[in-house]
Amino acid sequence: MTHVLDPDALSRESRPVPAPLEPFADVTRSDAAFRAFLHGLPGVDQVGAEARAKVLGTRSIKTTAKAWAIDTAISMVDLTTLEGSDTPGKVRSLAAKARRPDPADLTCPSVAAVCVYGDLAGIAKDALAGTGINVAAVATAFPSGRASRAVKLADVRDAVANGADEIDMVIDRGAFLAGRYLDVFEEIVAVKEVCTRREGGSAHLKVILETGELVTLDNVRRASWLAMLAGGDFIKTSTGKVSPAATLPVCLVMLEAVRDFRAATGRQVGVKPAGGIRTTKDAVKHLVLINETAGADWLSPDWFRFGASSLLNDLLLQRQKLRTGHYSGPDHVSVD
Amino acid sequence: MSTDRLPVRKTYKLYLGGAFPRSESGRTYEVHDTKGHFLANAARASRKDARDAVVAARGAFWKWSGATAYNRGQVLYRVAEVMEGRAAQFAEEVAAGEGLSATRARAAVDAAIDRWVWYAGWTDKLAAVLGSSNPVAGPYFGFSTPEPTGVVAVLAPQRSSLLGLVSVLGPVLAGGNTAVVVTSKDRPLPAVTLGEVLATSDVPGGVVNLLTGDAAEIGPWLAEHADVDGIDLAGTTAGGLAMELERSAAGTVKRVLRAAAEEPDWTADPGLTRMTPFLETKSVWHPIGV
Amino acid sequence: MTSPFEYAPAPESRSILDLKPSYGLFVDGEFTDGTGAPMKTLNPATEEVLAEVATGSEADVDRAVRAARRAFTRAWGPMRPADRGKYLFRIARLLQERAREFAVLESLDNGKPIRESRDVDVPLAAAHFFYHAGWADKLEHAGLGPAPRPLGVAGQVIPWNFPLLMLAWKIAPALATGNTVVLKPAETTPLTALLFAEVCQQADLPPGVVNIVTGAGDTGRAVINHPDVDKVAFTGSTAVGQSIARAVAGTHKRLTLELGGKAANIVFDDAPVDQAVEGIVRGIFFNQGHVCCAGSRLLVQESVHDEVVASLQRRIGTLRVGDPLDKNTDLGAINSAEQLERIRELVDVGEAEGAHRWQPDGELPDRGFWFKPTVFTDVSPAHRIARDEVFGPVLSVLTFRTPDEAVAKANNTTYGLSAGVWSEKGSRILAITDQLRAGVVWANTFNEFDPTSPFGGYKQSGYGREGGRQGLAAYLKGAEQ
Repeated sequence: MTHVLDPDALSRESRPVPAPLEPFADVTRSDAAFRAFLHGLPGVDQVGAEARAKVLGTRSIKTTAKAWAIDTAISMVDLTTLEGSDTPGKVRSLAAKARRPDPADLTCPSVAAVCVYGDLAGIAKDALAGTGINVAAVATAFPSGRASRAVKLADVRDAVANGADEIDMVIDRGAFLAGRYLDVFEEIVAVKEVCTRREGGSAHLKVILETGELVTLDNVRRASWLAMLAGGDFIKTSTGKVSPAATLPVCLVMLEAVRDFRAATGRQVGVKPAGGIRTTKDAVKHLVLINETAGADWLSPDWFRFGASSLLNDLLLQRQKLRTGHYSGPDHVSVD
Repeated sequence: MSTDRLPVRKTYKLYLGGAFPRSESGRTYEVHDTKGHFLANAARASRKDARDAVVAARGAFWKWSGATAYNRGQVLYRVAEVMEGRAAQFAEEVAAGEGLSATRARAAVDAAIDRWVWYAGWTDKLAAVLGSSNPVAGPYFGFSTPEPTGVVAVLAPQRSSLLGLVSVLGPVLAGGNTAVVVTSKDRPLPAVTLGEVLATSDVPGGVVNLLTGDAAEIGPWLAEHADVDGIDLAGTTAGGLAMELERSAAGTVKRVLRAAAEEPDWTADPGLTRMTPFLETKSVWHPIGV
Repeated sequence: MTSPFEYAPAPESRSILDLKPSYGLFVDGEFTDGTGAPMKTLNPATEEVLAEVATGSEADVDRAVRAARRAFTRAWGPMRPADRGKYLFRIARLLQERAREFAVLESLDNGKPIRESRDVDVPLAAAHFFYHAGWADKLEHAGLGPAPRPLGVAGQVIPWNFPLLMLAWKIAPALATGNTVVLKPAETTPLTALLFAEVCQQADLPPGVVNIVTGAGDTGRAVINHPDVDKVAFTGSTAVGQSIARAVAGTHKRLTLELGGKAANIVFDDAPVDQAVEGIVRGIFFNQGHVCCAGSRLLVQESVHDEVVASLQRRIGTLRVGDPLDKNTDLGAINSAEQLERIRELVDVGEAEGAHRWQPDGELPDRGFWFKPTVFTDVSPAHRIARDEVFGPVLSVLTFRTPDEAVAKANNTTYGLSAGVWSEKGSRILAITDQLRAGVVWANTFNEFDPTSPFGGYKQSGYGREGGRQGLAAYLKGAEQ
């Protein structure tokens, strides 16, 4: 196999990989130690986790609580377009929708971010200038992550240079499933480093676990801890290109992980389910899940996001229904 | 006046993968009552229809076999409920096709409905009746459970067009198998109507596939098909074709339910005899120790 | 922790119900007045009177037993088994159709959260009828002999914790096996049984096959002592069970008893912690702890005690206590003032004996009968809260160091209804379940019920099983006698 770029050029750089936060500073000292640590995390019983998610899914959120939930969910949306057919025009149109989701109602909050491929991050940045809405860019050979590390890091640098405020990277699922946890860890650390901007500050790093490929909830818990130990600011379920994408049990396990990680280290990490969340009902179920698992501290766009596209319009329709008292229709919200 | 009204006739088609297609071959054949009067044209299924039906049955297998036994029981009971509402239509078709009096045709329909109820009640009891906890001589927890064989080809009885059909289809489904059925050749109409009942009874598409046509033509293809796990030869009589099909089935070690010398009395208590041939026993071992 | 996300009230509508001011007995297919002094049944969440309900006297019970005998001799006994099955299928479907109505009524009369009556009690009750409907014409396959026959008239007395579900556990197998029934619901929760009587009418069940006689202890005694009752089935306290066993001693009556419990829920250090915490919560706070098989003794391995207790307390802090009809309520009302008093008394004893009591913050409603979810730590096996059945939302936490110690402590009780084991290691689970002297053992789950799975106790938790193939035996002869 030949690479145009030496795949290990950057990982062989002289600086040692920074250690994770206390009390976990020594768990990455070797492959064996890291493996022992991750496999020593409490197991997740699939049946029990699914049952818990299902019960929380039966919560009945009405009237004032629903209004709050809808507005909160809108403010947490990473409005996303990740298609090969994306153009600057499409991104500008999405940006316009992001800043004013419901043109007929100025009380409607704007979304948290617009999520695009890195080459279009600059377009999005310009279109969103002065709005406070972030630009998120997927990088690291999204969605498969199958490229040399050098290419992945170049991808990230490019997106950051184009003005991305947030980087959504994918982990190397092949390495993870093969048990090369330290490789996965080091790659996240390397990406985190290149998120730093020359002019100061750093793009927020969201780490996509692609839980649909990890399959088991035990793997979801391990990957969540791995990503948090490596310095990820958010852990994110999916690329949206693999089915199943975000599911309630997966999100439950991830929320438990960020809760336990903060309790152990004092550092709070955000959670972003992405893909497959299309209805207000789904979004509200996730908010319930946060409320009763990680707690109210995560009920803000700083700590929870929805990676979605069609979800926003359903939220708007439900919002109109609450406001007017009658059901709305798809012609009363804008097409993306 | 209602007597002046010209009736709208039904087109009888195959039931395949939850849909009602015509035969891919474009063939049909005339169906007559016992006095020789024309009743309808039925689709004459081809080997390619049989091939498509096996794909549909395989596709539906995990969903059907993986559903809880309780759920499968509810679905089969629902079939009885929906069938009851169309009993008159079934009775008419059975009377015409089998040459029965209205009373006897209705009795056959009632028995067919009750047969679904019988099998609906079996789904969640098979494991308790046929399974076991195995007191092996060692520190192991062992148990054996019945599991469905897979895709079963059913050559339905030729004479009893509805009761016979339900009596061979019900046991295959109750155990969690999916089915490809070749109906009675000369009396296929109640089977097509049964397909309409199945399609509206929460039975997932593909679990039952009904092919009208000739078992002698399609049977060999099913008996040899590598993705068919079992075959019920009820629609043949012991002898030539049955033996040929059993021999063909041997090539893929299919479970074969042999044909009787002549078509049995389907009103008799069915017992377990038509379910067990299409159930596998799985034994599980697990150590016991702290 | 206060949250910006406060769930607005989401009450299930009562309008689905047609609650009558008074209810009679259901005897021989009709509602009739009782000759005893009528009693009032309360909504325990508000103390409002829901309805007046007849009290069955000895004469009323006699009338009911005679009706049941007639129905057994003339209608139900001679009927084709498949037709008996069809009646039970009808009842199952009617329960499914009227499920919400039953759920609302159950929550009103009992105080349990609508989420539980809607998602557990009523669907399970329907499932029991569905399951047993299938048995009606398959009894010769049940492994209980070649020609099992019904016993005759069954007298059944059930408790207030799962009024409709316990009715289903009693009536469905009795009817499937060809018996007829006189059932006495609990004094404080008679309403769903009377609504069930309406279902029997809608199903065109022959008169006398099911008779419902409401009342208190005297009515129950009259049912049990009636000489023409062939079978007594009782679910309730061990003390009453003992007196019933004495009462039927020397008679021809067959008896099954499902009595109290003090289940151990054993958590090993390799357990899936988050699910174990859920299971502990479900084990003790399901139905306010009014569950005979409740996991009321948590046995946790010392090495993970602090972690498990901390997680448990955090989780209990999210439980929503209040209006049983609110769809988001997790913990409803205590069923009666009497039961509340008993819980308070035992909790006081627990504190007096030196255990450490913990309850979450939060207010309880002003009216009605309420008790906060409660956890006792530092509990010793000698404490009364580790030995007596509280039958309320009160958990006692004990510790163990080795598997042997866990088993010894778990079995150190006069009860033996249920137990739980939490571990990711399969062989350990099986080794522990082998040694536990309990009729139902849940591994990595708790308080699961299914009509196919026999339920019942060891030791003073009773005898006989309900559900499954084994449950049929209690209502059949020909196998053993």
